[in-house]
Amino acid sequence: MHDSPGTALPYEEVAAEATGEWIENRPSSGARALRLGELWSYRELVLFLALRDIKARYKQALFGLLWSVVQPVAGVVVLTLVFRRLAGVPSDGTPYPVFALLGFLLWSYFAGSLGNASASLVANVSLVTKVYFARLVTPIAALVPGLIHLAIGLVVLAVLMPFYDVAPGWEAVFLPVCLIGAMVVALGAGLLLATLNVKYRDVGQVLGFLTQLWFLATPVAYPSSLVAEEWRWAYALNPMTGVIDLARWSLFGRPEPGGYLAVSALSALVFLAAGLLYFQRTERQFADVI
Amino acid sequence: MPRNAIEIDHVSKRYLLGEHHGAHGTLRDTLTAGARRMLGRDPARVEEVWSLRDVTLAVPEGQALGVIGRNGAGKSTLLKVVTRITEPTSGIARTRGRVGSLLEVGTGFHPELTGRENVYLNGAILGMSRREIGRRFDDIAEFSGVQRFLETPVKRYSSGMYLRLAFAVAAHLDSEIMAIDEVLAVGDAEFQRKCLGKMGALESEGRTVVFVSHNLDAIARLCGTAVWLERGRVEAYGPTGEVITAYLAAGITRAAEVEFADQPTEAVALRSATLRDPAGKPAVMLDRDRPFTIEARFTVREPVPGLDITVFVESLRGARVLDEAWSETAPDLRGSPGDYVARITVPPLLAVGDYAAGLWIGSAYETYVYEEDVLRFRLEGGTKGRADRVLQLGLAWDVERVHGAEPVAAEQIG
Repeated sequence: MHDSPGTALPYEEVAAEATGEWIENRPSSGARALRLGELWSYRELVLFLALRDIKARYKQALFGLLWSVVQPVAGVVVLTLVFRRLAGVPSDGTPYPVFALLGFLLWSYFAGSLGNASASLVANVSLVTKVYFARLVTPIAALVPGLIHLAIGLVVLAVLMPFYDVAPGWEAVFLPVCLIGAMVVALGAGLLLATLNVKYRDVGQVLGFLTQLWFLATPVAYPSSLVAEEWRWAYALNPMTGVIDLARWSLFGRPEPGGYLAVSALSALVFLAAGLLYFQRTERQFADVI
Repeated sequence: MPRNAIEIDHVSKRYLLGEHHGAHGTLRDTLTAGARRMLGRDPARVEEVWSLRDVTLAVPEGQALGVIGRNGAGKSTLLKVVTRITEPTSGIARTRGRVGSLLEVGTGFHPELTGRENVYLNGAILGMSRREIGRRFDDIAEFSGVQRFLETPVKRYSSGMYLRLAFAVAAHLDSEIMAIDEVLAVGDAEFQRKCLGKMGALESEGRTVVFVSHNLDAIARLCGTAVWLERGRVEAYGPTGEVITAYLAAGITRAAEVEFADQPTEAVALRSATLRDPAGKPAVMLDRDRPFTIEARFTVREPVPGLDITVFVESLRGARVLDEAWSETAPDLRGSPGDYVARITVPPLLAVGDYAAGLWIGSAYETYVYEEDVLRFRLEGGTKGRADRVLQLGLAWDVERVHGAEPVAAEQIG
């Protein structure tokens, strides 16, 4: 069966295999080093888990991808009616529907991925208790399926923009940065919640409430310029503020990015670091507690 | 002397069972427990269970180690430590080479995905690369015998097909060390034979195997060395034959009568289980030539439509010899509340040897009582027990001499 030894050993054991070294399993204490090498060796598993979720999601869905079009459009219609027509919320000079759609798309991606990531360990109990793998794989894989939704939504946005006479400039190259930002925040917060979820099943209930509050504290349906100047730095502590402001700047040229962006970026990194730290400290116990 | 592929060095594993370590703990539980501790009241009851205690063993490369022991002896925990699924509480487990864990058949299978998609997914979960699975795909499909349905979602598979496909993936996992937990307990006899054959091939391929099973015959056939775990400790460790003999001999901690604490919250509660000799006295040493009776007392508190009780008897090698349900002879069952005494008398069928009896009480929808292995007894008799014989029916022979060496021939020689 060993037709070509050593050609297809994808994991960290590759190194151990070559030298015949021991791989040890001993009690962990305190923080563990982030084992990026090991995580990289599991990249195919990330892909397969993501594919599984995507296929499972779309296989039985009658409208399939059409749903990804209907949802943001319907969402923006509601936001426009409520925030624009009823409340007269401004939109930094950008036509409100495209202004809100971009915010809505990024927010939906973030909220959906956060939910998936939080549930990822509990949803894969049999994996966690029956197989060894880098546990970070499941929350990371949870970030992938939402990208399809988001991509289709961005196509809808691209179709609508000329209609509202909005054309992006060179700043559009920064759009991927926003996406990475949304992924970082979703992963950071998702790791915290996923770890808590292993031990406390009420996280699922808290999540809905948390997401609602977070939505209101993020400039999705309104511009961040509405927030009073002296509170802007505190407002920017919500990293999703920076993500959505940067996205609007990249596509609409407004609002001008300022120092608040750095606050958001820092806050996003703190989220990620905290999530990774808590996750890594606890992951060796997941199989025992879940 | 080959070098070791697995070394387990003074490994202990503790699980905490208690309010805030339970599987379904909620934040509230932790907060109330914390509050109670601060107020100096009795702290949350945390029960310690040592699943492994100071276990030390080693498996040389290319050899198979069998792990035996009763339920809850720590066998699965040992596998989880070897595979790094869980970490030890103290001690170190070392492995050399890639470790494949077959603790469950079809881990990660998704019902909506096709057979082909699940092969790739499951392969990736078990640690195979996409290239590796691609190269082995045809072998896997052929081994599973479900080639024609590879493009069908597995939710349309029969459970047998599902298990075949899942085992086929696992069987083609190309890792140096394989940790296998009871996966052979699946599928029909023909497929089980195939699986055993495949597993036998592992060792000859130079792979190191750790194999947990209740099936002592399979262990004896596949493993050169065995370890017997008893409440987390190594009770015996050495050549498989000796360990199995010791294990079987120790099975003779017999019990003729077991009483159970009442569980007032349960709809049905088992009160006692008793073995009786023909005179009606509780007994553990029974005469093989005479019938004996298994008696269960239980309380039904709420009406349970279709209440049924089953008694089963297993040989100590794990073969289920009897499995008799009340419903098979009394079709109109009513589970109205009250105290019940159920008796079943076993005629002289079983051969001399050691046996364990268990009980199940439930309905088609729910299991209220499931006690494997409550009563242990020995059947004694004039005839000596033969290894591996479970039934002794004294069937009549019909022997006719149709053609034989004729006495005349002897005379002729002379």
